[in-house]
This record gives sequence, C-alpha cells and structure tokens, in this order.
Amino acid sequence: MDADQGGLVIADLSVFGDALRFIQENPGLLWDKTVEQIQLSAAAVGVGLLIALPIGIGLGHLRRYSFVAISVANIGRALPTLAVIAVGIVFLPVGFTVVLIALVVLAVPPILTNAYVGVSEIDAETIEAARGMGMTERQILQRVELPLASPLLFAGIRTAVVFVVASATIAAIAGGGGLGDVIVNQASYGIEGVIGASILVCALAFACDGVVAIVQRLVTPKPLRGRHVDDATLVSEPL
Amino acid sequence: MTGILAASGPVIPDFGEASSCVQDNRLFCPDWVRDNWGPVLQPALLQHVKLVVIAVAIGFVLAFAAALVARRSTWFERPFDLFSALVYTIPSLALFQLLVPITGLTVTTVEVALVSYTLLILFRNILTGFRSVPADVLEAARGMGMGSFQVLRRVELPLALPAIMAGVRVATVSTIALATVAAFVIPEGLGRPIFLALRQFFNTELIVTAILAVALALVADGLLVLAQRALTPWTRIKAGS
Repeated sequence: MDADQGGLVIADLSVFGDALRFIQENPGLLWDKTVEQIQLSAAAVGVGLLIALPIGIGLGHLRRYSFVAISVANIGRALPTLAVIAVGIVFLPVGFTVVLIALVVLAVPPILTNAYVGVSEIDAETIEAARGMGMTERQILQRVELPLASPLLFAGIRTAVVFVVASATIAAIAGGGGLGDVIVNQASYGIEGVIGASILVCALAFACDGVVAIVQRLVTPKPLRGRHVDDATLVSEPL
Repeated sequence: MTGILAASGPVIPDFGEASSCVQDNRLFCPDWVRDNWGPVLQPALLQHVKLVVIAVAIGFVLAFAAALVARRSTWFERPFDLFSALVYTIPSLALFQLLVPITGLTVTTVEVALVSYTLLILFRNILTGFRSVPADVLEAARGMGMGSFQVLRRVELPLALPAIMAGVRVATVSTIALATVAAFVIPEGLGRPIFLALRQFFNTELIVTAILAVALALVADGLLVLAQRALTPWTRIKAGS
C-alpha cells in the first residue's frame, strides 16, 4: 500500500495552535458558515420529522407493518452520505436543494424506526386498560402512547440530529455550504482552516446533541425522567 | 460560496476513445462500466472491503475486551460508554481531519477513525449479550465444575452470540458507509471514484459507485446473517419445531 508512509510522517501538533488562531482571526467567516450549517441541518431534521414521525407513530399504533420500519432502518444504515449525495447530483443541480433532500433521506430512518419501536413495544395491557377507561384512539395516542414512547422517540431524533450535522459537513462538496466548505477547501483556507473548522464542527455536533437532550428532558413526563434509553437501531435489536 | 467543485462546469472525461454515451454524459453507460471495472471499480471495492474488515476486526477485539471488563465491574461500563458515545458524536469528516496532523495522510488515520466509530455499537451489544445470560444458568455451569474460562467459552459466548452478531452486523454496515469518507484523506475505497466523478459530474461513475457501496453493505449484512445461523444452529431448531 503505497499511500502508507506512516514511518516518515512526524506528528506536527503545532497545527492545532494555528487552527485556534485561525478561529480567532476569522470569527465572521466561521460564524456565517456555522449558521449556514445549522440552518441546513435544522431544515433537514424538520422535514425528516414531518415525514418520519407520523408514519412511525401511526404504524406503531397499529402494531402492523413492522417490516416497513425494519427495512427502513436497515436500508438507512447502508446508505453512505457520499453515495446519497452522488445519486442526488445526477438528477438535480448542485446546491441547497439536492443537499437538503439527501440529508432528509438520511434523517428519516432513525426517527421512523425508533418511533415505531417506541410506540409498538408499549405493553399491550397498558393500552387495553386505557381503552377500558373509555379513552378514544386519539386520547390513547396522546396521553398514553406518546409519553411512554418519548424516550425512544428522542433517542431516534438525537441519532438523526448527530447524523445530519455530520452529513451536512460532507455535503459541502455538493454546494451545501456550512463549515464543510472550509474543511474541503484546504487550497483556500490552509491546513489551519481545515483543522479549525473541524474543531468547530465537533463543537457544533456536541451542542446540537445537547440541545436535543435538554428538549427531551423538558418534554418527558416526570415519572419517566432519568431513564436512559439507547437508540433502538443501534442496540442488540436484530433488526 | 458553493465550494470548489461547483465553480467549474461539467467536464466529461475524454480519453480519445470515449463512446458517445460517455461524451454526452448520459445517465448510465454500460460500456464505461465494462471498460473501467478492472482499472477503477474493482480495486476501489477491494480496498473498501479491506478498510472495513480491518476496522471491524480491531474494533471487535477492543470492544470485546472492554465488555469483558465491564461485565463484572460497573465502574468501567459508564466511562467507556460515555467515551465511545462522545467519539460517535464527532462528525466523520472532522475526525478524519483532526487525526491527520497526528498520524498523517495514511491508512492508520482512516483505521483509527473507523475503529473509533465501531466501539459504541459493538461494546453495547456485546455487553447486552453477556447480560442476557440468566444468572441461574451461570450458577448451574459453575455447579457442574466449570472454570470461569470454560463458562465464558461454553455457556456465556453461545448465549450472547445473537446480540453480539447483531452488533457486528450494525457495525459492519455502518463502517462500510463511513469508509467512503476515507477518500477525503487517502485515495482508497469507494469514496475515491465518487470524488473523481463529482469533479466532473460524471453520471455513470456516480451511480455505479453509489450502487456498489449500498450493495456491498447489503451483501455483507446477508453474509453475517448466514454466519450467525451457522454459528447458532440451536436457534433454528427452536424456530422449526
């Protein structure tokens, strides 16, 4: 493997210092790029939620068509960001729209599958008890299923948010804008720009993950708080 | 600002002998695929497989060792889980770039990043597998006079295998997807043809490589399912009766 010249490369950590200086010296540029990336990611997650939540919750409520939720999770995992963008570019001009569509495609699977699993795996007796109390289907959904499913639901949303922010970085090569623009453009910004933007992208990903976690805490009913639930598509579910 | 690629218009590769399909950049040109399978696509596919196999193998060894420790000592589980979840949150392109000053534009950089991403999935699943073994089964095994290594090999591992294999499947499939990003750092893997094609907006190469990447993930997943069935014949007997 001729690309590997590991023995000759000497780690040059001073680059990280240069990168921090780059961040200090270019606050305007980096702020604009950060805002661009947040807008793009928020739009993608927003559209993804609009598509995935009704389908996932609906199918979960019916407790049917589990193969849909399962295949969506499997296919979603197999889709490399770069491949989705590549196919998108074949059919649409480079720019915001194609990147948004690609990101929505990537955001839907974790949200849909976790919503499905969250709602469908609620104890059937609980639902029966609610029905026995005279609740309508709508009330059951709102007062029983959604609150009980919310930990798993949010685990899916968190996965989607982290995934979309990461993918939006790569999407810069298709004209998506954002901090990825700086990372893929070493010719203009230098290695210190690439590293600086990478550091900011990490910070952005952690921040977005944190924001979803806080929202989750605020909307989770008190008795359910403190329970840690892992993304159903990642943990030992032989999906 | 739309990045470096958007600035230039479509430039279709013309090696003097390109077919009219390639020159017109039609949606899909089978002749290009036939001509470039040997020189371009097959090497990229094999490099991709190699990157993924190495990453999942190393990741599995690390996660398995960590799960063995965490199985008995809860103090270890939380920090390792937090650490791997933290790494998992880092966007792949950023992690690759942040490793470059340390390990250079090398395969090592790519493998360190890919291995890091497998840890969370593998660790959680292997640990879940071990935890799923009922306590009385363990007690019975010890009562029969098995030593702790024997219990691990002959009781815990077989019972934990379905959860472990589920983790290996998820880790493999997501590493196949992630390994395309390696092309930002080294000219290897299926990301490479996508990159080159993006520079010229060459449709055939974009489509073929994207299909190859997804197909590789599905085939790998299928093979792992078959491996799991072969390794756990008793689960099939139960399902059949």
